[in-house]
Amino acid sequence: MEMLLPYLKAFAVGGAFCALGQVFIDYTKLTPARILVAYVVAGVVLGGLGVYQPVIDFAGAGATVPLTGFGALLAKGTREAVLEKGLLGVLSGGFTASAAGIAAAVFFGLIAALLFRSGDKS
Amino acid sequence: MAKRLGHTLILENTPSVLSFGAVGSKKESEGPLAGYFDQLCPDSTMGEQTWEKAECRLQKDAINIALNKAGLSPGELQYIFAGDLLNQCTSSTYGLRDLGVPFVGLYGACSTMAESLALASLFVEGGFGERTAAITSSHFCSAERQFRFPLEYGGQRTPTSQWTVTGSGAAIVGQKSVPPYVRGVTIGTIKDMGITDANNMGAAMAPAAAETLKQFFRDTNMAPDRFQLIATGDLGKVGSALLLELMEREGWKLEGRHADCGLLIYDAEKQQVEAGGSGCGCSAAVLCSYILPAIRRGELKDVLFMATGALMSTTAVQQGESIPGIAHLVWLSNTER
Amino acid sequence: MALTPKDYDQMTKKASPNTKSWRNIPLAFLIGGLICTLGQGMMEFLAAQGLQKDEAAAWTSVALVFLSALLTGLKVYDNIAKFGGAGTLVPITGFANAVVSPAIEFKSEGLVLGLGAKMFIIAGPVIVYGVTAAIIYGLILFLTGAH
Repeated sequence: MEMLLPYLKAFAVGGAFCALGQVFIDYTKLTPARILVAYVVAGVVLGGLGVYQPVIDFAGAGATVPLTGFGALLAKGTREAVLEKGLLGVLSGGFTASAAGIAAAVFFGLIAALLFRSGDKS
Repeated sequence: MAKRLGHTLILENTPSVLSFGAVGSKKESEGPLAGYFDQLCPDSTMGEQTWEKAECRLQKDAINIALNKAGLSPGELQYIFAGDLLNQCTSSTYGLRDLGVPFVGLYGACSTMAESLALASLFVEGGFGERTAAITSSHFCSAERQFRFPLEYGGQRTPTSQWTVTGSGAAIVGQKSVPPYVRGVTIGTIKDMGITDANNMGAAMAPAAAETLKQFFRDTNMAPDRFQLIATGDLGKVGSALLLELMEREGWKLEGRHADCGLLIYDAEKQQVEAGGSGCGCSAAVLCSYILPAIRRGELKDVLFMATGALMSTTAVQQGESIPGIAHLVWLSNTER
Repeated sequence: MALTPKDYDQMTKKASPNTKSWRNIPLAFLIGGLICTLGQGMMEFLAAQGLQKDEAAAWTSVALVFLSALLTGLKVYDNIAKFGGAGTLVPITGFANAVVSPAIEFKSEGLVLGLGAKMFIIAGPVIVYGVTAAIIYGLILFLTGAH
């Protein structure tokens, strides 16, 4: 049971972030693209305020996998870079921290596009 | 020569719809009207490299089927009136460029089949041509990628959204000979009731449909009970309900006579198309597969075919504009008088 | 009596069926939760291989992005999303799908102006506003001397 607990927490917290997103889709005029933007910006704000790290400590991937985690990562990278490099870090921090995820999406996106064609829906 | 009554033109030479061709693809082959189509290609790429080319192929096939059925060659057409949903009428211009027939490209969104059939009929009525053709198409994939999202994008459809029909319909109009006869035409006015939800086209188009229909009845002094079928193009569930309500408010009862092509072509529940089918291939394919043949056989006597269009520009909608609607009406009959 | 746009808006609301939230929200919870659980599994596995917590999290993101790109290419991701809704949108796999799907779709307009240029038509704003928010945060840190 003890071993399953981190998975349960990840499931519950990650699921809750997604369920909240669905509430936005169903009950507000927010389009999916706007919800993604809102989640990332919210992640930066919550990360900057230091509120998000406890959520990550609690839920692990349940907090890092949703896009709020991406935002919190941007904030964390920026904070570390500002400490280290000052003003230049303001600019370089965000991208440095999120580089692996973005570069992976670009590269795998390119490969997938070369290999696959779009198909009809049913 | 046609007589003008208000916005309606009553045709006195009553041109005939000589022949018609309807093509569709997989989803259409699973729908209730499958048996009426001339051709249903299970592969919606139509063997082409791009979705735009696939839609061009739909138009080519539809016009060729209609020509073959009438025993005509393209050279025997004087004019062709064609349109589709894509920018610069891609499918019509590229699909029909090899025909060598004088070409009028039209954009009326999903109302284009009524618009093109109206003009094709009026050209014959006025004696400007012996034979003309009207054709429109739409393709689910080409429409998605232009108006909505990439096909592989993971999105959810709202219950008011509609499914673009992959299909085309072509009708060849000639001088009075066999039914169906084109008896009248009402060119619609643009009507905008402030709907901004691009996923609720039915609601955006219903006021225009009501406007055109009322106009026709007022102009001609006729009532809905004269017609066995009042077929709207692609109002879907939401738009159909709104049309009936809008007509009812002014005392016109359509119940039992109204049907929507978008609800005829698919089984909305079973085929998961939410509010129904849409696209200018929707009304064209239903007209050319089901309605016109039924009029020819005499199963339907008088029909109002009213294709409805949401004249939406994605740019304008992003700029906060609402969605104007339009509906054009063609009165088709089994008898010339 | 003429119908005003306001009246018509009311009529439209009445005629339009509501989204099936009773189904959508639990499904979003379930599928989003499962994606995060999968991420947790990857993270624990990588941590067990001796990776630092941050590194394990970064590799997990990369792995999920890869998986999403593959499932998008295989025309599976959009079918999961039909049920998952926000459950497939909010996780990083949704971001990857938003990058990969236009790349595949617009390849037909060329490798540079199609695939290359349109890759970020959906996901671009996420980066624009995410990075901007991070820069504003960094400026605040820098100017207040909080560092």
